Amino acid sequence: MNNAYLYALTGIALFTLGLYALIIYSHLLRKILALNIMTGGVFLQLVALSTRARPLLDAVPHAMVITGIVVAVSATALALALMLRLRDASGSAELIEEPTE
Amino acid sequence: MTLLQWLFDGLLGVTLIWLAWQTLASADLFKAIVLFIAFGLLMALAWVRLNAPDIALAEAAIGAGLTGALLLVALARLNAVAAKTDNTESNRNAKQRFAPEDSVRTTAAVNQGFSNKQNLFRYSLVLMLSAVAAGLAYAVLSLPPEAPGLSRNVAENLYLSGVSNPVTAVLLNFRGYDTLLEMAVLLLALLGVWSLRRLPEQYDSSPGPVLDMLSRLLVPLLLLVAGYLLWVGARAPGGAFQAGSVLAAAGVLLLLAGWRLTARFLGWPLRFALIIGLAVFVSVALIMMLSGGQLLQLPPAFAGALILLIETAATLSIGVTLAALFYGSRPQPEQISARQTDSGGENE
Repeated sequence: MNNAYLYALTGIALFTLGLYALIIYSHLLRKILALNIMTGGVFLQLVALSTRARPLLDAVPHAMVITGIVVAVSATALALALMLRLRDASGSAELIEEPTE
Repeated sequence: MTLLQWLFDGLLGVTLIWLAWQTLASADLFKAIVLFIAFGLLMALAWVRLNAPDIALAEAAIGAGLTGALLLVALARLNAVAAKTDNTESNRNAKQRFAPEDSVRTTAAVNQGFSNKQNLFRYSLVLMLSAVAAGLAYAVLSLPPEAPGLSRNVAENLYLSGVSNPVTAVLLNFRGYDTLLEMAVLLLALLGVWSLRRLPEQYDSSPGPVLDMLSRLLVPLLLLVAGYLLWVGARAPGGAFQAGSVLAAAGVLLLLAGWRLTARFLGWPLRFALIIGLAVFVSVALIMMLSGGQLLQLPPAFAGALILLIETAATLSIGVTLAALFYGSRPQPEQISARQTDSGGENE
């Protein structure tokens, strides 16, 4: 029973880690990876908490996560295509921040 | 819960976090993507431990497999563009791509004050995100230990759904609207990718005997597995998304082996395969509404057959769409040699 909380906490750690990397790194491919790690964390937590319906199986979060995985891969594919297009247009796949000082 | 299970779950959780960190912190993007694929496979293991084999199948096939393939082909294209543009600036950018921290350090050397500011930013970010994580953890741990959710509703109405796998029942019947819109999202993503400028082809046209032979052996097997997953989804883990992603894997393999759709299939047959899933789904939903029910309401007597019909069409569309996303740009009829992957779908 409590193992589910272990996975829920892992999901939180993955989400936070992904959010940190999403903000810190300037390369777009890294940002896309970070977003995928974040979605993994969200899914893990959603399903881990749905095990509280035991002994029954709560199929609704399971179905939502399967839907989410397909949406995530669609978004990733579009993001990668946009990244390549940006690379063609600007010569770099990184978001370089102008030093404002 | 035995001690062994605790140990396994704890180890798996720590490994997942460590792999995620390695993926994000690795200086080499190629290594990062390979680690991400390993991360996806371990996630599949976590789904099994959480008693969610349907998600495990989807994660292994889509989350790890196809996302990994998409990332790798995007990286190859990124590097190819970098090698082609030869001026100094893009060379510098290319180096930065492999060592992302370098750009930070260079800036730091130029301006120590900026570096201090950046460090301050990082520390405060870590602090804030730790607070977010602690808050989330507190919220999770303070939830009531029992929460049936909608599990009773699903269990009580399962006999009306036409299938005996509760996940398939939710996906295709109880919450069919989600799945319908998800098919639309998939199609929209492909339209988005196709509307961007055409990318140069990055595949080696001579795959070598091993890949050639392997694809000949594996593609029929993958088609068989896809058909099995589709059929068994009615009562056991499996279903349209898992089957569609296995079909897409067959398409990716064929694309890598240099196989291309002939110009004859590039026009409406390809488009037909792309939209048939959504078209069948919408048609069934509308016919049900016009014959007296509500949108997406499946009469229990025909629900099983209708779900199979929708899932078959959806499998074909998902497989072809995902393989087309891997191929990247819109297939051009004038290029005889460069064509689409949907062969997997067409053969089925």
